[in-house]
Amino acid sequence: MPQITYVQPDGTRRSIAVNPGATVMLTAVANGVEGIVAECGGAAMCATCHIYLDEASQPFVPPVSEVENEMLESAAAGRRENSRLGCQIAMPAGVDEIIVHVPTHQV
Amino acid sequence: MQDAGVIIVGSGQGGFQVAASLRDDNYVGLITVIGEEPGLPYQRPPLSKSFLSSKAQPGQIELRPAAFYAEKNIKVITAQRVTTIDRAARRVTLASGASLPYGHLVLATGARARMPPIPGAELRGIVGLRTLADAELLIARLQPGCRVVIVGAGFIGLEVAVIARDKALDVRVLEFTERVLKRSVSATSADFLASALMQRGVKFSVNTCATGYTGSGGRVTGVITSQGETVPADLVVIGIGVEPNVDLASEAGLQVQDGIVVNERLITSDPLISAIGDCARFPALYSDALLRLESVQNAVDQARCVAARIAGKDAPYAKVPWFWSDQGPNRLQIAGVAQADDFAVLRGDISTTKFSVFRFRAGRLTAVESINSAGDHMASRKLLANPACISPEQAADTSLKLAALTVAP
Repeated sequence: MPQITYVQPDGTRRSIAVNPGATVMLTAVANGVEGIVAECGGAAMCATCHIYLDEASQPFVPPVSEVENEMLESAAAGRRENSRLGCQIAMPAGVDEIIVHVPTHQV
Repeated sequence: MQDAGVIIVGSGQGGFQVAASLRDDNYVGLITVIGEEPGLPYQRPPLSKSFLSSKAQPGQIELRPAAFYAEKNIKVITAQRVTTIDRAARRVTLASGASLPYGHLVLATGARARMPPIPGAELRGIVGLRTLADAELLIARLQPGCRVVIVGAGFIGLEVAVIARDKALDVRVLEFTERVLKRSVSATSADFLASALMQRGVKFSVNTCATGYTGSGGRVTGVITSQGETVPADLVVIGIGVEPNVDLASEAGLQVQDGIVVNERLITSDPLISAIGDCARFPALYSDALLRLESVQNAVDQARCVAARIAGKDAPYAKVPWFWSDQGPNRLQIAGVAQADDFAVLRGDISTTKFSVFRFRAGRLTAVESINSAGDHMASRKLLANPACISPEQAADTSLKLAALTVAP
């Protein structure tokens, strides 16, 4: 089964098996992954499900949309080139693993 | 004596967040959340958005799965009403007759949809939208051929209107003031959003209120308006605002004034009882009057403030409020709170469908309404923390970057 792997700031890794289509945000919330707040519930309104997408996973996900781009500018932990909103990234079909790095803070 | 722990009355967004934040803040005492609804805490915003349009399933709107509460040692009592607070004995009584002790009590009782007490109000097919059960009822009723009348052109009314219209239903919105979203946004934003809905085929009757209903066989068949018209209806959705749930507090002798009155630390007139979210009326740093706000942000941030205090980090509540609404094709985000007559300054070009309206009162920024302009919205949340840092002229000047103004020179 495909999986999403969350890497915490201290290096702790946790992999969760998911079906294609599961988002990085919903999977984190449903499994109690620390560090993903998701205040707005996935509407790209709050930027509190900010993650850094691992380089290895970059080719598998669609590019940043205009709305996501604007919201990321205000991510609490600071935007990097690989910043994404977890609510906007769904597990693509045919991919074994997506790796994301959880920032130090969301609010 | 061992601390009796924290009891949270209300299992909405705020009640849930108090419990979650208490554990985040390393509180080790008992935590009990008591809710009147049958299931686990869930998000309300999708009820008039993705859930109503059937893009989200019930499991997807739960705030956390059952395992979360077990793991965090948070007890959730569902489908149970708290009937009385005995402040002297520091206990609450439940409808079941059970009595529970508390060390601290948090009232997160929320609000209920206000329903107009007009003739015919008892007919079936007249619904508010507040709970998952309300939304499921609406989904069941929004079937082909259903004629929908929406009473009240507020956020919820308009969100439901556009979803019903997207299902190709006949939709008319009745609004008793002269325009939509009168309580919430400037005429500039409201007119833009209303015309987008009209283009999608939503019909509006402004300066019009419902004065009664017609019915047949116990079911609603129409809405009688103040214009003397009877608008045919198979479903009537009421969106004329809410009433805070204050009965429990008021019967316990706490100070109540369209909301449970709290101080800047969100404590009621009893130091062992806090109130947060839709039910609480609080002194805001950015307003002279006491405010009561209905939003996820308000519930969540007030919950965090109370949890931090209980866990030993006491600080006044001082967050910038923000809201959002899906209005068909348009994303509306609001930061701050404006009064109806606050000055409105347009930033951007309405014809591009991306713009913001900055509201000012006595030269100070009070609120920013952003339409399809997430960047403006996020910058505005920071600007509002220091409302003197931008002038109306600067707000209108799109050659100035808002983010640059948030950093004091």
